[in-house]
Amino acid sequence: MSSRGSPPGDLTDAAIPTDQTVPPVSGGMDPTFVAEIAAEPGGEHIRRCFACGTCTASCPVREVTERYNPRRIIHMALLGLREPVLTSDFIWLCSTCYSCHERCPQDVRITELMHAIKNVAVRHGHIHPSFRTQVDQLRQHGRLYDITAFENERRVEQGLPAITEQAKEIAAIVAATGLDELVGTQDG
Amino acid sequence: MGDPQAAKRHVPHVSGRYALYLGCTAPVRALNYERAARVTAARLGIELVDVNDFGCCGFPLKAVQHDAALLLSARNLALAEEQGLDVCALCSSCTGTLAEANHALQSDEALRQRTNQALEAATGHRYNGTIQVRHFVRVLYEQVGLDRIRQAVTVDLSGLRLAAHYGCHYLKPVDAHDRFDDPENPSSLDRLITALGAESIYYEGRDQCCGGGILGADENTALAMPRLKLERVAAAGADALVIVCPFCDIMYELQQRRIERIYDTRYNVPVVFYPQLLGLAMGLSAEEVGLPLNRVKSKKLMEIAGDGRAQG
Repeated sequence: MSSRGSPPGDLTDAAIPTDQTVPPVSGGMDPTFVAEIAAEPGGEHIRRCFACGTCTASCPVREVTERYNPRRIIHMALLGLREPVLTSDFIWLCSTCYSCHERCPQDVRITELMHAIKNVAVRHGHIHPSFRTQVDQLRQHGRLYDITAFENERRVEQGLPAITEQAKEIAAIVAATGLDELVGTQDG
Repeated sequence: MGDPQAAKRHVPHVSGRYALYLGCTAPVRALNYERAARVTAARLGIELVDVNDFGCCGFPLKAVQHDAALLLSARNLALAEEQGLDVCALCSSCTGTLAEANHALQSDEALRQRTNQALEAATGHRYNGTIQVRHFVRVLYEQVGLDRIRQAVTVDLSGLRLAAHYGCHYLKPVDAHDRFDDPENPSSLDRLITALGAESIYYEGRDQCCGGGILGADENTALAMPRLKLERVAAAGADALVIVCPFCDIMYELQQRRIERIYDTRYNVPVVFYPQLLGLAMGLSAEEVGLPLNRVKSKKLMEIAGDGRAQG
């Protein structure tokens, strides 16, 4: 806790290598937006937020960049700022540390809420490219990193058992949940 | 050091035999961790059974689609259940994801039925909600226990000043982990370190996240997070950072030289997995705990490993 909210000029300021400009809020207010988030698994508690800011004060990402601010995202969502939220880069910056999740006095369940907002963004065609790559990798290999012959040689050298990739069932789950469409069907 | 939570919380029964859940990262990026976990488990009477067909835990899909992530988790839980085994995972994110899914599927029968319908259609498996999910280090802490670990120590680690890094998903969300440790002021890893005779030091930002969750989304922001940790651990004069997750290792060890280049500095903070330390304290050799694979070399640990071999 002592590391949060450090004074200007210390290490945390110097630790911001990225663009610090906060994106301007624009676009119309859509009252259906918060209902859509609340209907998403994990998003159910969004309306409980009373904007105390415990999440932002607890956030280790906010400690290194002003671009990510969970209280701001939740408030934007509550105001119905659909497009600015769904098309933003900042919704992808939650590191899923669960600090805010555990500390939130209103049990907004913020880590799961951020997942719900991202799920809504994906459904409306706004997926971060890194996740597209991961879905494709899972579909092809069943895991985030391939187990190549080289990897198995290294494993055996270390006295560890070789692993055979089993992607078929995972590819079936990806197809059954409609995620195939997110990554295209180039390799069937 | 009593545990005030212990009396209050309900800890479901677990066996001494587990399905070893390697996850995606450990078996290709942290062979040292896997090796040390297997050898120390065997010596301490924990049987780890390989299940080749385990796949991704579902963590990366939580941001994409909730149901797909839950199905991947449920598939792995079903595979372990088919063997009649609880899950023991090396990766904290895998542990958190599987434990969270398990918690949801065990406490919500309607959700379990819906999930099983989709899971059976896609894969032929179904999950009945009968198993538990544990992190390997939690198994060491709760099941092997500090007393048996103290008894197993043959090499004195006193003089080592170590910085414990719990990371996030080893502890949180607390409901999924039966509140086995306090997320605001955790002590399990500190106790495991001191049980080996080493000192667990305080340093600023102990609870800070490694940033691994956003490495793919925004590399510069992600790397600013381990930079803070390395800065603080180096300032505290720790001999090593002690971790329990292969993704934390990617951020603190694999990326350390890169972070040093970006910020034009030098940390040289050795990063070691707890089971490696445990193995060294039990008299295992550097090779047996995979120490030669650690990228940032620790002269002190190598010396200890040399002593351990001489005594063993």
